[in-house]
Amino acid sequence: MASVLAPEIPAPGFSFENFQRNAFLEQKGFPAPKATKTGTTIVGIIYADGVILGADTRATENTIVSDKNCEKIHYLAGNMYCCGAGTAADTEMTTATVASQLELQRLHTGRTVPVSTAATLLKRMLFRYQGHIGAALVLGGVDRTGPHIYCIYPHGSVDKLPYATMGSGSLAAMSVFESGWKPKMSEEEGKKLVRDAIAAGIFNDLGSGSNVDLCVIRNSGPAQYLRTFEEANVKGKKQGSYRYAAGTTAVLKQRVIPLTVESVAVHRVQPMEM
Amino acid sequence: MATSVINTYADPSMPEWMSAAHSTGTSIMACEFAGGVVIGADSRTTTGAYIANRVTDKLTKITDHIYCCRSGSAADTQAISDIVSYHLMPIGGMVQRQAVSIGGSGSTYVYGYVDANFKPNMSKDEAVKFVTNTLALAMLRDGSSGGVVRLGVITEKGVERSVILGDQLPKFYEG
Repeated sequence: MASVLAPEIPAPGFSFENFQRNAFLEQKGFPAPKATKTGTTIVGIIYADGVILGADTRATENTIVSDKNCEKIHYLAGNMYCCGAGTAADTEMTTATVASQLELQRLHTGRTVPVSTAATLLKRMLFRYQGHIGAALVLGGVDRTGPHIYCIYPHGSVDKLPYATMGSGSLAAMSVFESGWKPKMSEEEGKKLVRDAIAAGIFNDLGSGSNVDLCVIRNSGPAQYLRTFEEANVKGKKQGSYRYAAGTTAVLKQRVIPLTVESVAVHRVQPMEM
Repeated sequence: MATSVINTYADPSMPEWMSAAHSTGTSIMACEFAGGVVIGADSRTTTGAYIANRVTDKLTKITDHIYCCRSGSAADTQAISDIVSYHLMPIGGMVQRQAVSIGGSGSTYVYGYVDANFKPNMSKDEAVKFVTNTLALAMLRDGSSGGVVRLGVITEKGVERSVILGDQLPKFYEG
């Protein structure tokens, strides 16, 4: 029995108790609001000295761009970042939850946490929810065994690859990688390739747009988060102005109607009783 | 194995293959020989019509001397092999001991080849050749299989892994 001293422990996981009610309301013409989906281009590559992650910055609600400059590269740990595509709230919360678990693990062991640990935590969490957490992730980082890129899908499967793309713009971005990626690229070559892949998504995929964000994680030294590495869609200058100079419209005639004051009265206003 | 398409999110910016279950429409094989077992698999992972990974490793280690070939949903088979390698016990389902076995969507094309060419107590080289040929034939006929052939030879000494690249696969009638 639940009491104040021993409250009932709430059941873990999702609650489906309102499912039938919501289905009924939807049938009556009251659909539930749609979650914000980041129709996205996110990518990651391994280069000579670490990994480079990239993302566009468009967030959409159906066909409306709801955020023109959102952040899709999430912090996991000092040596790891994670790009998120899919439901914005899910990528945000999944990465935040795992980031907290990784920090506890780091404090517990006193060591840099391996990237495979983050991949395992993420895949277990996503598998547990059977695809209902709509997070498609590209995880990148470095540890004592070198640089790593992981692709993690909403159903909880993982691919370990030297270069990866995700989101609705992943086909455009992958075509850039398949033609341009080579092992042991320099940092400059790597950043250029990742920029090109994200730009391919921004310009060829409706779900992606705005700017290019990059994150360079080197085998040595701290990660370098390059927010707005490039503004891919710079707004053009307006060529003309619609402001008309005073006097443009000719005054044809003028008439003044004077107001005659018949009486002036002052009313006292009582403050309202509270 | 059929890909189960769960199109939960009817969002125009998210194509069907984003929300579809990730599946390894596959060709996998395992074959006994005189000194051990040869296992093999193709390397294609698909989401709908898109190849999400063309160099997948579907031969998954359970212990130093036990490997499994995965086919079906990638998420489910990865979770199962993770759990089994932790607990080291069967989870359930049907288990059948066979001297040779093929699986995945590509296997249906090569049952005849396997029945015609399998011999008990082959040498290691014979078994490797047999598995390579079978998988190459399956990959050519099955659209959901392809890429490279990954092999594993498991003997009492452990496992020997190898890869046969797409352009080095045995050639057959291509009419």
